[in-house]
Amino acid sequence: MSSVPDDLKYSKEHEWVRVDGDAATIGITAFAQEQLGDVVFVELPEKGARVRQHSSLGVVESVKAASDVYAPISGEVLERNVKVIESPELVNSQPYGDGWMVKVRLADKGELASLLSPDDYRSHIGEGSAAAGD
Amino acid sequence: MLFETGAVTEMPALEPLLFELQREGRAGRHVRGGEEADALIPQAFTRTVRLPLPELSEPQVVRHYTHLAQLNYSVDAGMYPLGSCTMKYNPKINDRAASLPGFADIHPHQPDETVQGALQLLWELQELLAGISGMDHVTLQPAAGAHAEFTAILMFKAYHEARGDTKRRRVIVPDSAHGTNPASAAMCGFDVTTVKSDARGNVDLDARKAALGDDVVGFMLTNPNTLGLFEERVREVCDAVHAAGGLVYGDGANMNALLGVARPGDLGFDCVHINVHKTFSTPHGAGGPGAGPLCVKKHLEPFLPVPRIVKDSSGEFRRETAAEHPLSIGRVRSFIGNFGVLVRAYTYIRTLGEEGLVETGRDAILAANYLLALVRERYDVAYDRTPMHEFVLTAAKQKRQGANALDIAKALIDEGFHPPTVYFPLIVPESMMIEPTETEPKETLDAFADALLRIAKRIETDPKAVHDAPVKAPLRRLDEVAAARKPVLRYKPA
Amino acid sequence: MGENPYSPHTEADRAAMLARIGIASVDELLTAVPEDARGPAMGVPHGLSEMEVQAHLERIAALDRPAHAGPFFIGGPVQRRYIPAAVPVLALRGEFLTAYTPYQPEVSQGTLQAIWEYQSLMSELLAMDVVNSSMYDGSTAVAEAALMAVRLTGRKRVVIANEVFSQYRQTLATYAKGPELEIVEVPTAELAAHAANAACLIVQHPDALGTLVDVRTIAEAAHAAGGLCVQVVEPHANALLEPPGALGVDIAVGEGQPLGIPLSFGGPHLGIIACREPLVRQMPGRIVGQTVDANGTRGFVNTLQTREQHIRREKATSNICTNEAIAAIMASVYLSLMGPTSLRAAARLGVLRAHQLADKLAKLPGVTTGNGAPFFDRFALRTPLGGELRTVLLAEGILVGEGIGLHYNGVGDGVTIQCTELTTPADIDALVRAVQDSVRAAAALPPSREPHSN
Repeated sequence: MSSVPDDLKYSKEHEWVRVDGDAATIGITAFAQEQLGDVVFVELPEKGARVRQHSSLGVVESVKAASDVYAPISGEVLERNVKVIESPELVNSQPYGDGWMVKVRLADKGELASLLSPDDYRSHIGEGSAAAGD
Repeated sequence: MLFETGAVTEMPALEPLLFELQREGRAGRHVRGGEEADALIPQAFTRTVRLPLPELSEPQVVRHYTHLAQLNYSVDAGMYPLGSCTMKYNPKINDRAASLPGFADIHPHQPDETVQGALQLLWELQELLAGISGMDHVTLQPAAGAHAEFTAILMFKAYHEARGDTKRRRVIVPDSAHGTNPASAAMCGFDVTTVKSDARGNVDLDARKAALGDDVVGFMLTNPNTLGLFEERVREVCDAVHAAGGLVYGDGANMNALLGVARPGDLGFDCVHINVHKTFSTPHGAGGPGAGPLCVKKHLEPFLPVPRIVKDSSGEFRRETAAEHPLSIGRVRSFIGNFGVLVRAYTYIRTLGEEGLVETGRDAILAANYLLALVRERYDVAYDRTPMHEFVLTAAKQKRQGANALDIAKALIDEGFHPPTVYFPLIVPESMMIEPTETEPKETLDAFADALLRIAKRIETDPKAVHDAPVKAPLRRLDEVAAARKPVLRYKPA
Repeated sequence: MGENPYSPHTEADRAAMLARIGIASVDELLTAVPEDARGPAMGVPHGLSEMEVQAHLERIAALDRPAHAGPFFIGGPVQRRYIPAAVPVLALRGEFLTAYTPYQPEVSQGTLQAIWEYQSLMSELLAMDVVNSSMYDGSTAVAEAALMAVRLTGRKRVVIANEVFSQYRQTLATYAKGPELEIVEVPTAELAAHAANAACLIVQHPDALGTLVDVRTIAEAAHAAGGLCVQVVEPHANALLEPPGALGVDIAVGEGQPLGIPLSFGGPHLGIIACREPLVRQMPGRIVGQTVDANGTRGFVNTLQTREQHIRREKATSNICTNEAIAAIMASVYLSLMGPTSLRAAARLGVLRAHQLADKLAKLPGVTTGNGAPFFDRFALRTPLGGELRTVLLAEGILVGEGIGLHYNGVGDGVTIQCTELTTPADIDALVRAVQDSVRAAAALPPSREPHSN
């Protein structure tokens, strides 16, 4: 069972969002990294780049798959996680922690309403709410 | 312990790197002299960075590559049932023909009158391939199947544009297609629409209809497809694409099944490429070279790459000039093609003749169906209808038992066989694509089937037993994750 | 039956196989094939025995004039060079030649290590960080380098020097049609001035006519304008000349055929492509990397495969799959046999012979060689006969390079002369004598019959 923390919001494309005032941190979910397997490469936008909701934000790759990371919300990149670029395995070991990808300044807080709740995301990946906290 | 095929277990211990074997001051004497040349090159241009190429004696080099060669599995050593790769026997007379001085020692810039033999051979090969494929014209330029795909889709673009039809932007590709198909379409600047396969492993007709429109450049169809299945409504698909104003590309990767069985030109395709390194027995060379002649119908002829080989009324052969083909897409590479490979293909076709080619297609189909009959008691078939020259199993059942297609592949290595293609086509989970070809004797097919069945039985009782395979190869499973995370792509002195 | 000499099946085998399937004839396996298309005539002549086919091919091959049959000065991207005896013996061993792409690394370490060593040797020769396992040939390597630069810069304008081999420029023009790139051809001297908005500047050094080029200045101009510099290289020249990696070049490409690979009428040859490390994710084609196995033993695998068509499909860096791996192994064997000493000697002999020849030719009345600039092992030869000189010399049994007026804009008509270590003093004397005679004969002809160039 994949971990789906209760304090985050989610996208159908398996990104998570942690909101902190005007800023938000974005990463990919435990479920997503399990599907990908061992992550070997992460490509992220430079600081200052503007990302649009649902458009590609970056790429994560395993040995035999390459997957776009979609921006769950729009905004300006405040910081990208240099550590995860250097050590892509963090995406596997700590998807909600040191494996985060970018921090953005929210362009439109209204977009947050379009994201999934932890329960919605659990049912989206076919796991009941019993999985919470796993 | 040795296996019947002897292909894996006789491999030697690993070999040091050239760079580890070298010692400064060690050298052969292959070429010497010319020191006066140094004064002829202005100092501003001379090499200042070191040239740290290894220094080795010839005996060391010979042993190094002999040992490396022994670390390889090859068709010369044993059965190599990679699906869609047609690893048939590579006749040695073909290699000898290609090395005749009149073929190996001629330069592509020599005037036509000094290479009449080479041009005659190429011209005859164009004619032979047109007859075999049922097409009207042939270019021998493409260096590989993917290169032919690129050539053809660019010709499609030129064809539409010559008709003033510039709105076409999409190429349709089935979900079972080789990755080269969508990649080639993208290199030609087009978008790719993927259509699903139906329950019988055919292109889904409804999906195909929905995908067609007046913005469609063409449709890329492999037949038999990568499931080893003959497209049951191939003419219907071609007709529908044509009705929408599009063209149909035949990916000839699986042409071995069609030799003497059916010609793409008679099935509705506008063109087809031939992987001579599959169908016509030229060696794959550890990854290449190949050659991908492209055979086309008359209406595509004006757009073929230049130069082609023509026979003048005088009986002389020559390379056409670009000026003779104003609508040509141009050249897709230097010179007229991978000549050394084409000589081998020509030699093979002339050796087999019409009757031998017919027998080839039928034997390839017979061998695949026989092998399938032997192994199906323990393996599930992905799309269960009569296959042509190859078939696709799914190890989904074995995966549930605790070992996947990769484990089975690696276990086959311990049984002395090269594994089949695994995890392709993408539409079959845990796929294993097996192509025995017509040149494996029945005893080898039996032995391979026995090995597959033994592995399945082992998985039923003790799936973990294959998790560590291979244990008899020179190396255990390699860490591809580490290789990709911290790429080491060349030697760097410690 | 019994028509395919490579078939192992007896009639009894076939019968047993059919019986196991549970059918009476292979025809029962073909029901999906439209009936009216089944069993077509292909028009292929009856098969031959091995002895017959050998004789047939010998007969055809004998119609060709091999390069070694007389004085030979054709060169350019494809060069007649000395091939050590051990090169074909080793590289064409069946274990290399009849293997497939190394999809199963545990039983393909021979291929993988040999290719990785090729990457290493080539990167040392060129002083570049990364070399892939091969492209089809020099021309497609140039085209792929341009596409790579387009992806890296987001620009669609590619500027290429006129003095790049004509086949390379023509191939680039074809490849540009798909993504609708703007290709600008200018003389090498004007490349730097055209750097604005260019994805890359493509320069050849030594150029198609043998001239040495100041690549550094061109690379600086490309970088100052935010673009890349692509250099077309020749392997032997790099043994003596400052290599691309030391000139600021971002992508180096070229033809590897001179490294022990036969002329073979233009293929199969070896496309070289090399780049700086930060660009590797946009590199086309296979790359071999070092790793370890489950026991921690060193081994090699195909790596960075997410760039490739079998994973990325329409988003791949290229459609290339089958490449020229055996040619890369041949080049590898060649470089290990030659080492730095013989490689330098081969390169030097070409330079020396070319300069000796050019000196002698330039003394003939009405004859000019080169363009006054320093050159390497190839030069342009201009006489009053223009490109016709080629035909005239052919009658004397001497082969020289293509008429250049046809291919190099703004350059007067003439022929190219390539020397290598195989060019002998006797070849040189033969050419000088023949040129002298032809020029004299042409001058003596009445004007109406004088060969001329357009």
